[in-house]
Amino acid sequence: MKTAIRADVFQDLKGVGCPMNLVKTKVAFAKMESGQILGLILDNGPPINNVPRSVIREGHEILSQEQLADGTWSVLIRKA
Amino acid sequence: MIDFTEEQLERYSRHILLDDVGVAGQEKLLQAKVIIVGAGGLGSPAALYLAAAGVGTIGIVDSDVVEVSNLQRQIAHFSADIGAAKVESAAAKMQAINPDVEVRTYREYLCAANIRKILAGYDFVIDGTDNFPTKFLVNDACVFLNIPFSHGGILRFNGQTMTVVPGQTACYRCSFRSPPPPDAVPSCAQAGVLGAVAGMLGTIQAAEALKHITGAGELLTNTLLTFDARTMAFRRIRLKKQESCPLCGPHPVITELADVERTVCTVQ
Ligand SMILES: [Zn+2]
Repeated sequence: MKTAIRADVFQDLKGVGCPMNLVKTKVAFAKMESGQILGLILDNGPPINNVPRSVIREGHEILSQEQLADGTWSVLIRKA
Repeated sequence: MIDFTEEQLERYSRHILLDDVGVAGQEKLLQAKVIIVGAGGLGSPAALYLAAAGVGTIGIVDSDVVEVSNLQRQIAHFSADIGAAKVESAAAKMQAINPDVEVRTYREYLCAANIRKILAGYDFVIDGTDNFPTKFLVNDACVFLNIPFSHGGILRFNGQTMTVVPGQTACYRCSFRSPPPPDAVPSCAQAGVLGAVAGMLGTIQAAEALKHITGAGELLTNTLLTFDARTMAFRRIRLKKQESCPLCGPHPVITELADVERTVCTVQ
């Protein structure tokens, strides 16, 4: 199913390992307004296991998380 | 917001990842101005850590040249620097660690006549001096200029440090009224000091500066932290801002800067 929600800011973090994927996510959030939505592409494995967890810990909300055909993950997060 | 370069994101990633620092904290660091008084045992580690942290402007004050006896603890200086000005030697290492930072060198001996001009405009002062008259002078000048600072002292295996936010927390004179008479307390040169103790204390001072700038945690205010490296026992002594303080109390006796050394000398 295609996600109906549109991201305000999109970052393709394919090939970006831990922890730089989280650093880049934090930088993206710093430029956004509260309530805006960040769309991320994260690699399978440690990135999809770690980034959403860290983002939740900082109070942001994961709206959806789905695996794409190439194995990477599309994640939508609402900024706290 | 600063547009971090890819290299800066990598360089400061371990700060950005910290919830209490983050992107905003790293921006504050890059825009901050900290001055270190003394490029010796305490000033060396403080200078290197502040440069590594990306503190945008770092002043460093010292009139001495590097001597071989400094190298056991003053880790910003290398054997090849013997004879060079300490401020230049330290500045070269700071720039080598992080070209993002601007280092301002003051090859001067701090005294009542020049201290206001040198410290004015900085956000935080690290006192890494090795003598009581200058420690009191730094305290007094910081209170007059309203600049938060970290006091530090080391001797043998011992260190002590406290952070002062003028007008809000106990100043050095709230607890220690005036410098001890010369020769009442041995200097490092006479008593010796374990090299790593300088690193322990100077690094605490650097952490206090970084905390002050980023707003992370709680500063070491109204508290004298002391340690004895022989047992690694740390103690926190609670201090209070004193109504009777001759400097920061409501009825100050000290209303201008003076070179304490000179007044002591005239008594002799
Ligand atoms: Zn006081």
